[in-house]
Amino acid sequence: MEALNARIDEALAAIHSAQSLDALEALRVALLGKSGAITAELKALGALPAEQRKARGAEVNAARDALTAAIAARRAQLDQAALHHRLASESLDVTLPGRDAQRGSIHPLTRTLERIESIFASLGYEVAEGPEIEDDWHNFEALNFPAHHPARAMHDTFYFDDGRLLRTHTSPVQVRAMKGRQPPIRIIAPGKVYRSDSDQTHSPMFHQVEGLLVDESATMADLKGTLATFLRAFFGRDFEMMFKPTFFPFVEPGADVIIRWDLPGGGSRWLEVLGCGMVHPNVLSNCGIDPERCTGFAFGMGVERLAMLRYGIADLRAFFENDIRFLKQFA
Amino acid sequence: MKVSENWLRELVPLSADHPALVERLNMIGHEVEDDAPVGESLEGVAVARIVECAKHPQADRLQVCRVDAGGGILQVVCGAPNARAGLLAPLAKVGATLPGGIVIKAAQLRGVESHGMLCSAKELGLDADASGLLELPDDAPVGAPLADYLCLPDHVLDLGLTPNRADCLSMNGLAADVAAAFGMRFDPPVVGVIPPSSARRIEIGVEAVADCPRYCGRCIEGIDPSARTPRWMRERLQRSGVRPVGFPVDVTQYVMLELGQPMHAFDAAKLQGPIGARRARAGETLKLLDEREAALDPDFLVITDADRPVALGGVMGGFDTRVSEGTHDVFLEAAHFAPAAIAGRARKLAMQTDAAHRFERGVDPALPRIALERAAALILETAGGRAGPILETASPQYLPERSQVLLRRARIPRVLGITIADGEVARILESLDMRVEPAQDGWRVTPPSRRFDIEREEDLIEEVARIHGYAEIPARLPAGEPPAPVDDETRLPQGALRAQMVARDYREAVCYAFVDAGLLKTWNLDERAIPLANPLSADLGVMRTSLLPGLVEALRANRNRQQARVRLFETGTVFLRGHGNAPQRQPVAAPVERTMLAAVSCGAARSEQWGERSRAVDFFDLKGDLESLLAMTGEAPAWSFDRESLPSWLHPGRAARVLREGRPVGVLGSLHPQLLRMLDLDQDVYVFEAGIDALTRRGLPSAHGLPRFPSVRRDIAVELPHTVAWSDVGSLLRGTLGAILVQVLIFDVYTGQNLKEGEKSLAIGLILQDDSRTLTVEDADHGVAAAVAALETAFGARLRS
Repeated sequence: MEALNARIDEALAAIHSAQSLDALEALRVALLGKSGAITAELKALGALPAEQRKARGAEVNAARDALTAAIAARRAQLDQAALHHRLASESLDVTLPGRDAQRGSIHPLTRTLERIESIFASLGYEVAEGPEIEDDWHNFEALNFPAHHPARAMHDTFYFDDGRLLRTHTSPVQVRAMKGRQPPIRIIAPGKVYRSDSDQTHSPMFHQVEGLLVDESATMADLKGTLATFLRAFFGRDFEMMFKPTFFPFVEPGADVIIRWDLPGGGSRWLEVLGCGMVHPNVLSNCGIDPERCTGFAFGMGVERLAMLRYGIADLRAFFENDIRFLKQFA
Repeated sequence: MKVSENWLRELVPLSADHPALVERLNMIGHEVEDDAPVGESLEGVAVARIVECAKHPQADRLQVCRVDAGGGILQVVCGAPNARAGLLAPLAKVGATLPGGIVIKAAQLRGVESHGMLCSAKELGLDADASGLLELPDDAPVGAPLADYLCLPDHVLDLGLTPNRADCLSMNGLAADVAAAFGMRFDPPVVGVIPPSSARRIEIGVEAVADCPRYCGRCIEGIDPSARTPRWMRERLQRSGVRPVGFPVDVTQYVMLELGQPMHAFDAAKLQGPIGARRARAGETLKLLDEREAALDPDFLVITDADRPVALGGVMGGFDTRVSEGTHDVFLEAAHFAPAAIAGRARKLAMQTDAAHRFERGVDPALPRIALERAAALILETAGGRAGPILETASPQYLPERSQVLLRRARIPRVLGITIADGEVARILESLDMRVEPAQDGWRVTPPSRRFDIEREEDLIEEVARIHGYAEIPARLPAGEPPAPVDDETRLPQGALRAQMVARDYREAVCYAFVDAGLLKTWNLDERAIPLANPLSADLGVMRTSLLPGLVEALRANRNRQQARVRLFETGTVFLRGHGNAPQRQPVAAPVERTMLAAVSCGAARSEQWGERSRAVDFFDLKGDLESLLAMTGEAPAWSFDRESLPSWLHPGRAARVLREGRPVGVLGSLHPQLLRMLDLDQDVYVFEAGIDALTRRGLPSAHGLPRFPSVRRDIAVELPHTVAWSDVGSLLRGTLGAILVQVLIFDVYTGQNLKEGEKSLAIGLILQDDSRTLTVEDADHGVAAAVAALETAFGARLRS
């Protein structure tokens, strides 16, 4: 009895100090395997007298259970340690950059154009297009610029030898849109326009968005509301807005839209952001629309100007230099 | 137009202060583009007469002056070289503060007492002249505050007048508009009649009656040739931005500013005969006042004396008949020229004159006679002389006439969206000098002769709105139903393509649509290029025929800014000269415009990374980028690539034509090494360009059931000649195996060891599936055998063992 207890204590100590799953398995086989020490004890029970067998049997079984439990516990410990070790060895520097994360960027003018288009789309305006090489009729004549009119001189026009020209504004798309469909009409015409002027504040190519609404009830009040809605949506805030009389041959009455713009250093000033007006009856007639039945309004905006205000771009020329250090700022 | 605020206020006695005036001008459509203060109040500075001048006992350069500034004689020490007895000049009295903060005190100058300071123009902040005392005319009122005499302080308002408002190119016209804006009445100063005191007349016979429907002239003889333009007139001319040139020409300029009628003064002695007006003859020339020799043609209107051109009608006078220092007798011209006869003529001669600026916009035809009376009065007042009678030739049928315009009451709210009370409408129109008569449903309105811009109802509505105030119009959204939206799903939005390019790490560029003709020639892309007739410069001389030359220039500029890896794309229009068959009535075939998408790439395939070896971008990188766009059309099988008809600027072995449904729509490849050299690029540049139309056309998805039976994959490796294109292999396999081949893919291309010279090995995966049953092993074996046999027959391919 004493001897068994001593052997069990010894075995338990060996199990606790087993350093690997393999050593532990060897201990299990030596103790509990087919020819293990405890197994041998169990087998030896049959040879004992019946009165001893019961007590001895209980002792040996208890010893076997204690050893089995100790082995399982130690195995769990060793498993856990092995897992810890593996996890520790597999850990990464998660601050290293990921693969293929690079993205390009949309040009700020395109970004601005897309915003303008989406705001007007929500107001029911469809995008219309026209050619960039125009004829005199669409660019001037149909828009109520008679030949020799001084208003033409305000458009420094690029011409081709055949008399065609690069459109000086997106307004000719108005004419094409009205000739192509019947009211109600709501279109915007984004695109490139050209004027032969180049300095710090003028680019020979720039972008405009023309807008046109023609139906049986359009008024200047509707024009005002439409542009106020647009400007609020575009700049994401409210500001004072005013209409100021001006002259474009293709509208009457005509207006410049000015907004009160907060300056970075404090204070504010009035800025011109749009030109607009009620479509001139001559233009409606030129396009086959009866000005007695329908009225319309039109507006035009410079995309570069809006982008410069929105994104704080100081130099107009940056738009066309395509310097990727500039472009990457508009990811 | 530059306007002296004081002059304007003299015509319209406004109670509004300066900022309120500026604001109102802006709000009635006369934008104040610049607002420059002139002079200061100059308190304590008076007009003074130097009574006596004596040398300073202690200093050579100083004089001791006795000065009368009204209120006693003062002793003032002065160092100005032009100080002399009898001169009228400004005196800053003791206690005065000059611009710049100098306070005048009684002082001893080298032992002599001085009670004030005689001033130069610079010291008074009037202009830059510091050479001596500001000399005032003899008739200046001694003792009067200088500021009053010079009408100071003043503001010069630079108004951006719109081209329709030629009537405001005069003080009277502007005053009328400003008065109306402030609800006041303006009556132009009365111009009296100067009865003839001389019989001197130069006859007038106009030939070009439509161009010059009214010509008035008058002689003034015996004027004092030494007469100088009065100071007040010089001040007004200067503040109006007109440079005084001398008497009596300044008078004609002044009358133009005051009334709006451009005039011309001839030296009557130099005119050889009766005055005429006709179109110039081809080859005629005329030396103009600015001494330039103008070559004329029948587009120009000339004023003649005995048929010799002496002035360019409505633009500028001639040199030979100009008024000069010895002129005693002048002939004054005040005519009405039709805008169409003047418009563009000055521009054609690369000049701009105040007269042409006004005539091409339209001048009040009622003015010529009034202008002659006014000019005569001003000349006689200053220089004496005797005025002859006014001679006039008029062709009333060609004079512009303002017709009556009907303004319907109901039309005002239709256009403006607000109702304006009847009384207010009539009041506004009348305040603008319109004759207003009630009509059944509105008003019959006759505009004054100066308002060329009022032709129809909308013009009147604008006038009413302008004066009533645009601010009174409320803001609301249109009531009408918006047109029903149409969304064409068979068109991919261009924005989606751009987003995909961005996702593939390209930056969007926007290049000029005009490029250097030489650059297109370098690319051999100039054949159908359309040149501008009037380019800004040679490097912006022709319309681009492809987006690529411009994009590659942008790439190059970035490389020159130390960017080794550049990936740019652009969507934009290219322009090609139309092909021969011009439609009838059109002189030239219309140019062709195409919207394209192009991309350029150089440097590493991926941005530098820690995990994988860097390598340069290659053909298949770009092809992958392009194919990612093609995939968006959902019609991959419609696209193909071949090597036919490649442009000369591409590397012939590393380039492809892009086809959709067999039609060429773009190109892809590496730039030709020779082009790279000419462009001074030292690195391979891969590019593609394709038409947006083809890239955005897509089919509507048509769903079908999912396969019910499993698929089988079989891989084969075949050796075949290097020249066989994968696309031909794929087509052959699809043709041979038919519908059961649901996918064919290539997973290795091997060249090199263990292969015959000129051969390559392709590893091909065949995915087989049948809609109606599970394929057996025999089916698959049979298919593979058929495929290999077909490849053998077509390309001499061998199955690799």
